[in-house]
Amino acid sequence: MSNYIEKDTSNDGIDRRGFLKCMAWAGAGMVWAMKGGILSARAFGADAAGTSDSDFTFVQVSDSHIGFHKGVYTDVVGTFQSAVSRINALPISPSLVLHTGDLTHLSKPAEFDTVAQVMKSINTQQSFFVPGEHDYFVDNGNRYLEHFGKGTIGTGYQSFDFKGVHFIGLVNVANITNGQTALGVLGNEQLEWLEKDVAGLGSSTPIVVFAHVPLWTIYEQWGWGTQDAAQALGYLKRFGSVSVLNGHIHQILQKVEGNITFHTARSTAFPQPAPGTAESPGPTKNIAAEKLRSYLGLTRVDYMEHTGMLATTDSTLADAAPATQL
Amino acid sequence: MQSAMRVFVIYLIVFNMFTINFLTARGQVAPVTQPASQAPVTVKIENFAFLPKELDIAAGTTVTWQNADDVPHTATSKDDPQVFDSGPLDTDDKFSFTFSKPGRYAYYCKVHPHMTGVVVVK
Repeated sequence: MSNYIEKDTSNDGIDRRGFLKCMAWAGAGMVWAMKGGILSARAFGADAAGTSDSDFTFVQVSDSHIGFHKGVYTDVVGTFQSAVSRINALPISPSLVLHTGDLTHLSKPAEFDTVAQVMKSINTQQSFFVPGEHDYFVDNGNRYLEHFGKGTIGTGYQSFDFKGVHFIGLVNVANITNGQTALGVLGNEQLEWLEKDVAGLGSSTPIVVFAHVPLWTIYEQWGWGTQDAAQALGYLKRFGSVSVLNGHIHQILQKVEGNITFHTARSTAFPQPAPGTAESPGPTKNIAAEKLRSYLGLTRVDYMEHTGMLATTDSTLADAAPATQL
Repeated sequence: MQSAMRVFVIYLIVFNMFTINFLTARGQVAPVTQPASQAPVTVKIENFAFLPKELDIAAGTTVTWQNADDVPHTATSKDDPQVFDSGPLDTDDKFSFTFSKPGRYAYYCKVHPHMTGVVVVK
């Protein structure tokens, strides 16, 4: 590879490598940093990922829907593997990987096996999971819990600490209301557990919550929200930094409420329309096969202990290769 | 006295005529509509909706749900105990259930609980 502009000759802070990085993030869309509950956009091309000064990074993947095979979305295993390749190409391997649900499309044993295999190929210390409704509705989550429920409680919820950050995985797809609400539900048992789980933590502990269905109401007509999320978030209000990571809606949306930052991730399988812009929330139609990868992606989160900062970076499968490979 | 009796007799005759007409009318309607409404009915699942959303049928009718979407759905009774549950219906999958008892049967999709429907059995 020839290097026409190796150095920053025009003194504008951008050399060739920096420019290509800019383009990569431009394709990715957004780079956000959070400090003390205030969200601020970072310049594209700045070292937004901050791998050099962060204490650890983790990655969120979501909605792999293994087993789905319709329209242009004929290779959900391939696109899931592409996401994994991107994770494995990161300059510093993420400490953890979180999968925020809809691992499979129809909860078939072979689908769960494929998910387990692909997840195993990621260079990381440990992976954590929460189920989506596609992992739960066929058999009340039995097969999901068999494969991915180790170390979890009840319907599959859990918490753990990693380098000073408290992670909480919640389940809001267990159909416990028997159709009495259109939205996701956590349920009393889990809410009581959550209240106790965080009771002993100091308010300066950074909290990362991950769950499948968004914990804020995005579009009730399509069931994009969680009925009793307010109660859960009430237990987390006193903390200085709370990041909520969700999947389910197959697109990026963000919101800040007090010290709580909400973020939804892209799917690795297929995109869904923006709220209310289509007749139904089904897979987006009329996407050209060659454009598909720009609608799929993953989210990387960097945590910097000395600044108490969490930065989420979304990238698509169509983005340029990581900077180290340019 | 005699005329009072006559009035009463006329009253009885008129009353009976009404009653007979009423019964006959019902008797005539029933045989025509009953078999027709027992013919199998299809509920299409399309664009994340049950079509028709509300279905009126006679007892003994078999209802078949058919999924025309490219994602899976279910038709699952909201009642406790559950009256019917299709299980996963992938694209073009069908599920049939025969409603033998009159009543109002609300149902939903377990994958997308904002999708609801009702079968009214008379």
